[in-house]
Amino acid sequence: MILANLPALQIVLPLLAAPLCVLFRREAISYAISLVTSWLSLAVAIALLQSVLASGPISYHFGGWAPPWGIEYRVDEVNAFVLLIVTAIGAVVISYAAPSVAKEVAQPRRYLFYTSYLLCLAGLLGVTITGDAFNVFVFLEISSLSSYILISLGQDRRALTAAYRYLIFGTIGATFYLIGVGLLYQVTGTLNIADLAQRIDPLIGNRTVRVAFVFVVVGVAMKAALFPLHIWLPSAYAYAPSVVTAFLAATATKVSIYVLLRIFLTVFGPEFAFDAYQLGYILMPFAIAAMFVGSAVAIFQLDIKRMLAYSSVAQIGYMVLGISLATSLGVTAGILHLFNHALIKGALFLAMGCVFYRIGSVQLADLAGIGKRMPWTMGAFVAGGLSLIGVPGTVGFISKWYLILAALEKGWWWIAVLILLSSLLAIIYVWRVVEVAYFKEAPEGGVKDDDGKGEAPLVMLVPTWALIVANVYFGLDTRVSVGTALQAAQSLMGAGG
Amino acid sequence: MSVSTLMLLALAVPMVGAVLILMSAGRPNQRECVTLVTAVTLFVVVLQMLPVVYAGGRPEVTLFTMLPGLAIHLQLEPLGMMFACVASSLWIVNSIYSIGYMRAKKEANQTRFYACFAIAIFSALGVAMAGNMMTLFLFYEILTISTYPLVTHSGTQEAVRSGRTYLGILLGTSILFQLGAILWTWAEVGSLDFRMGGILAGKFEGPAIGLLLFLYMYGIGKAALMPIHRWLPAAMVAPTPVSALLHAVAVVKAGVFTVLKVIVYIFGTDFLRESGYADWLMYVAGASLLLASLIAMTKDNLKARLAYSTVSQLAYVVLGAALLTPMSVVGGAMHITMHAFGKITLFFCAGAIYVASGKTQISDMDGIGRVMPVTLVAFLVGSLSVIGLPPLGGSWSKYFLALGAVDSGHIVFVAVFMISSLLNIAYLLPIVARGFFVPAKPDSGSAGIREAPIFCVVPLCLTAFGCLLLFVFADKLFALLTPIGGGPG
Repeated sequence: MILANLPALQIVLPLLAAPLCVLFRREAISYAISLVTSWLSLAVAIALLQSVLASGPISYHFGGWAPPWGIEYRVDEVNAFVLLIVTAIGAVVISYAAPSVAKEVAQPRRYLFYTSYLLCLAGLLGVTITGDAFNVFVFLEISSLSSYILISLGQDRRALTAAYRYLIFGTIGATFYLIGVGLLYQVTGTLNIADLAQRIDPLIGNRTVRVAFVFVVVGVAMKAALFPLHIWLPSAYAYAPSVVTAFLAATATKVSIYVLLRIFLTVFGPEFAFDAYQLGYILMPFAIAAMFVGSAVAIFQLDIKRMLAYSSVAQIGYMVLGISLATSLGVTAGILHLFNHALIKGALFLAMGCVFYRIGSVQLADLAGIGKRMPWTMGAFVAGGLSLIGVPGTVGFISKWYLILAALEKGWWWIAVLILLSSLLAIIYVWRVVEVAYFKEAPEGGVKDDDGKGEAPLVMLVPTWALIVANVYFGLDTRVSVGTALQAAQSLMGAGG
Repeated sequence: MSVSTLMLLALAVPMVGAVLILMSAGRPNQRECVTLVTAVTLFVVVLQMLPVVYAGGRPEVTLFTMLPGLAIHLQLEPLGMMFACVASSLWIVNSIYSIGYMRAKKEANQTRFYACFAIAIFSALGVAMAGNMMTLFLFYEILTISTYPLVTHSGTQEAVRSGRTYLGILLGTSILFQLGAILWTWAEVGSLDFRMGGILAGKFEGPAIGLLLFLYMYGIGKAALMPIHRWLPAAMVAPTPVSALLHAVAVVKAGVFTVLKVIVYIFGTDFLRESGYADWLMYVAGASLLLASLIAMTKDNLKARLAYSTVSQLAYVVLGAALLTPMSVVGGAMHITMHAFGKITLFFCAGAIYVASGKTQISDMDGIGRVMPVTLVAFLVGSLSVIGLPPLGGSWSKYFLALGAVDSGHIVFVAVFMISSLLNIAYLLPIVARGFFVPAKPDSGSAGIREAPIFCVVPLCLTAFGCLLLFVFADKLFALLTPIGGGPG
């Protein structure tokens, strides 16, 4: 019974847990509910992935209505992997959250924080698991609306404008997506993704389909913060509470990239997207620009969360670059980086959350001497930074390896050069922080909200280091990550073709 | 104990040592005991492996598969065996010296210092035993990162700036060029194994070979081939034991070691010679060799002069590899050991003088030999070995290198070697001469200077003695290394 309904449980669990939090209106109870739900979701995701890897894709008919009339949840290698990423990050982040939320969110709003977190989780998982194009929109809105709330809970008043800006962009993106889906519905008469894929095939020259494609791609690219549609992202990440930043950075943009993949490769199919529309050549310049502009701007940031946010823009560029190569290996690299970057950025933002918990600031100048005071936290930051640079022995290296290999496979050696060059920029912005943290003397009397204590509490350190260990582990033993990404890419490239 | 267990132990011992050192924070005696015991244990472990390699064994261990078809893999071969011996033996002497130096200078953060040192040795052994280019690259980068806190040990503005140069050049070149070269090799060949005779035959041809060689040579920043040598002089702000680590024990040696590995086992000397695309490397190395010697002469700071001398001596090894004859390759490999013992002696002496008198500039060192005779005699021995005069080790490697140049038909490089030796004399021996024969200036504050602490003096005597031993027992080293020449010695 439970096994058969796993796909539904994945969504229903967090979706129902959220109103429970509102009912109780207690911080402690809502925290406990979120914690249990997050870990249960992870267990469900692991079970789903195992089942998919063992016995192929699962199709779940909601309410017993057969697709294409009813809503279908469809789990294959690709989204099972993304579900695993999202739930794993959710579980780690929520284990870390309690002290950080207590510090950064005002008491009366804390249960709301947990409620919105659960809704956001449910939304992201829903986007990933559903096999219905309109359902994607619904869940996209659930996750977006709850993330506007989460961002606006930040202490800084600028969090409000950041959330507002995100709201505007997010709504435009979602609307574009909806217009696209509407046009597709008009032409094909179906919303089920698998069904759409079949019916679109003969319509390759249709002008409505083409317009729909453009609307959908632009809409989702806005959600994914693909350069130059990224301008909502840095402020949103910088002013949101630390926990929210870590969670969103590691999951939200990843899910949007997944939707892009789904639309390109399943709905339209590789031949349609890459051969007929030359999508690779359209995306590639933006991806490369993202890599360089994101990294270059990151170098000049004074706020470290903002710096990491710009670095995320660059990293999204890497993922899209992999996809735009339009080969099985390229898509593998893109999916792999989705997973790896979640680990890297999750760890880095959690480390910054620890710093913020102690000194109440993540301005570069305020970090002077923090290396000595918080050796474990900054150790985690340096390790995460090395992973971001792509030093061997970390996941960042594995991503670069596949990305460059994919470029070389196509014979585009200049792309390989560009990837290597842009990693040099990462050295610069990571090491700026290292130098200040370790070699500058701590200021007298500390920063204004400084609580004067040393290392962050264990509850926060353990999840941070768990992600760092994952960074190293999956950088050395790549059977799970590379294996799954390869399978996922094959199923994507094969299915639509 | 089986050899594969020993190989794993050789990696485990320094790593465990590092952990124990960290656990001994705040207890200096215990910490330094741990360091010494670890160093000696490691040396014993490494020595146990030596007979196997002499007997022609090439033991292998596969640790785990990192990427499909690409494992983290260890394999012992003569070149790596030699590097492992050099690094592990000099670590003992260097540790003794560190105790004397760090205590005398009352340096802060000594636990971090010893722990990073142990990790650096761990990665040096990983580099030495690497069985494919991927494994080597992994340990190569760990070495860079673990030595960064050592270079910036003092934490001053100057140290941070030097650290930036150090990390920027080493990490930058290795990611931009070396990783690029590795990926290119992997994409074309589908293998990164070290195999006698190389793995590129039939996969690369024409100018691509030259370009790949360029990427590898400039990707191995630790070999300090001009013009990417800047990090080495910059790193002289570090405490002297660290300079010894950089110049003799691990870092630059790992660089030229990798150069030899790549040329012998990735390209293959025959393959490169037939392709004709390696000629540029000879000229670049030759130029680097002479230029660095010339720059060394202009430096008044003793450590800076020694640093440029190292740049020049490293170019000997690269030139040996680039000449591509069996004799020159073996000579280049021998030069790793010979130079290590000579240069570590010189740095130990420089540090001892600094500890005893606070002097760093050569022009202030008049008459220093009269108050520190032991140190300066050791300096003389080290200098003669670096110059390449009998009865010291350095003479053999330079002899073989010159023979290799004759074999290769590029007689001009025999001249380069000779001119460089003369330059070595010109920048090293005046220091000794001033120390002994020029009386101290009355106002130079030389009164009351005595020999450095015993922990500093004993190691430098040991390494100076080592230079002598290497002259006498050079045949053992030669016999070990002959197989890598690929032909009859």
